[in-house]
Amino acid sequence: MYRWGMVIDLDKCTGCQACVVACRQENNIPFVGEKEAKLGRAKFWMNLVSEVKGSYPNVEMHFLPIPCMHCDKPPCTLVCPVEATYKNPEGIVAQVYPRCIGVRMCISNCPYTVRYFNWHAPSWPKEYEKGLNPDVYTRRKGITEKCNFCIHRIRNAKEKAKKEKRKIRDGEMIPACAETCPSEAIYFGDLDDPKSQVSRISKSRRAFRLLEDLGTEPKVFYLKEGEWDDG
Amino acid sequence: MMDDKTVSQKHNRIIEPLTGAGRPFWLTVIPLSLIFFWSFFAFGWQYYWGLGETGMGHPVSWAFYLINFVFFIGISHAGTLISAILRITHAGWRTPITRAAEVVTVFALAAGPTNILFDLGRSIRFYWVALHAQFKSPLLWDFTCIMTYFFTSVLFLYVLMIPDIALLRDKFPKRRWLYEPLSLGWTGTERQERILEKVVAFLCIAVIPIAVSVHTVVSWVFGMQTQPMWHSTIFGPYFVAGAIYSGIATIIVVAAILRRVYHLEHYLQPIHFNNMGILLLTMALLWFYFTLAEYLTTLYGAGTSELAVFWAKIAGKYSIMFWLMVLFCFVIPFPILAIKRSRTIFGTSIASISVLIGMWLERFLIIIPTLTQPRLPYGRGSYAPSWVEWSMMAGLSAGFILAILLFSKFFPVISIWEMEKEMKEKNSMTNLK
Repeated sequence: MYRWGMVIDLDKCTGCQACVVACRQENNIPFVGEKEAKLGRAKFWMNLVSEVKGSYPNVEMHFLPIPCMHCDKPPCTLVCPVEATYKNPEGIVAQVYPRCIGVRMCISNCPYTVRYFNWHAPSWPKEYEKGLNPDVYTRRKGITEKCNFCIHRIRNAKEKAKKEKRKIRDGEMIPACAETCPSEAIYFGDLDDPKSQVSRISKSRRAFRLLEDLGTEPKVFYLKEGEWDDG
Repeated sequence: MMDDKTVSQKHNRIIEPLTGAGRPFWLTVIPLSLIFFWSFFAFGWQYYWGLGETGMGHPVSWAFYLINFVFFIGISHAGTLISAILRITHAGWRTPITRAAEVVTVFALAAGPTNILFDLGRSIRFYWVALHAQFKSPLLWDFTCIMTYFFTSVLFLYVLMIPDIALLRDKFPKRRWLYEPLSLGWTGTERQERILEKVVAFLCIAVIPIAVSVHTVVSWVFGMQTQPMWHSTIFGPYFVAGAIYSGIATIIVVAAILRRVYHLEHYLQPIHFNNMGILLLTMALLWFYFTLAEYLTTLYGAGTSELAVFWAKIAGKYSIMFWLMVLFCFVIPFPILAIKRSRTIFGTSIASISVLIGMWLERFLIIIPTLTQPRLPYGRGSYAPSWVEWSMMAGLSAGFILAILLFSKFFPVISIWEMEKEMKEKNSMTNLK
């Protein structure tokens, strides 16, 4: 059994937002337009937030890419009244779109605010529709959606590995954000495999997780900026 | 033993509203219906275009509908709970008020959960909550408790109305189709009265824990979440106290209006308002105590994310609403209710209206500031309701008033048989002396 996890090296992140674009493209995330975005309806399964510290000439800029944390103890799955979201055996916090009735309690109970709601029916510019990913379900209005570690890619990789009667190799399966990242700041793999890259660097002295004190046990790790070690 | 005719003649005032509808009735019903049906249009609009037609977004994904949900469920506590407690404690003055209280409960309980229906992304699939029940979700507990409370309250109201319905059955031959089946063949025999007494005693005891559980669980919808200033153990009792507070206020307002409109001065006397006023005063003090306890502990606990919400309420974006809440919930009603001379019908009505406004503000302040200030500061946002949400709120309130109004045209708003029974008991007491 795999236990998927992600490590994001903040020292390598340049804030280019390629992960955000790749995720949008891969997962058929619709644009909502400027007006809706101002009302807080923009969807970013992979979100990039930035922080500017100090003033010219001593300016520092920090970036933080935020996908779903895929908590080992997810607060969101607990509160869904219809079990439309659950932690699957491989540790992915998944959303069952046809089951979701849009209560949005999972959204309000997510301390990382990484769950998104379809306030309107999704729509794309006409030319864009041909480019939709056929592997990914397009969501309808009135339901919740979220990052799922590109679960369709995981399924494909598993099928391929099964045919060849082996396990998925480390680095064989990576989500769209990690695949795109030009500075290779995002690592993805099996946390239970002691030899995998993610399990090794997630134990680095630089590693931390968001809001660790809540006890949600996220499976997305960050590597702190500015302190180098062999990690 | 008096026959039915003399009884109904004696209580002419109570039965009179059932006999006709004058100009004032239509002048109230028509505009209220217009508002009520307008909300159907608003809901249709929202259903077709999606919840994006409201003011909600990220991170304020619960707003007006949840506020009104909590508010109406709160009002619903008035009735059956108060009525049951007063019955159990044999509070002699309760008789003319209980029916109105029970009616308020039933209709508020119908109005409250309707908000959840508006709030769902796929409203038509609401029954999946029962079909695909997930027992760890506080929302399922909510669903269970509210449904239980609703059916118990309807039963409570109905059972206590059976003797009156039987009276009406004989008085209004034209409405026999309605009263005949509802009266369940009541003739007032001793055996029937014994059964009724037993059922009422059972319902009284059953309804109290149910009522307490309902608002506790409503509070847990918030209290069980990890959000700052929601995740607090005080929420259960705080919500129950607030619910009873707004509930009593509603009963006072409804009773005052019924008294005025249907000329029930003989039944609803200043003493009733005085006593209800004292109950309201108790709840005002309790409300103040809970609010102080909640905010002071938050301030001293000094959690970073909690303080962000705290200061947004006390001195930030929501401070005007916060201090208005304190004004309406405590500063205005407290002196009115504390001073005996101002605890009149007019005084208690003013205090009650103030409490209702204040308690609505409290519901707003519990839900919105927490959602706008999530733990991670990048997610902060704001919220302003859209025309759809205002329309739904107006429609719902109009529907609530309409329901009470229509009820009062088909059933007596004061329990006739209980008034009779009370008088008989009083007479026999004086005879004994």
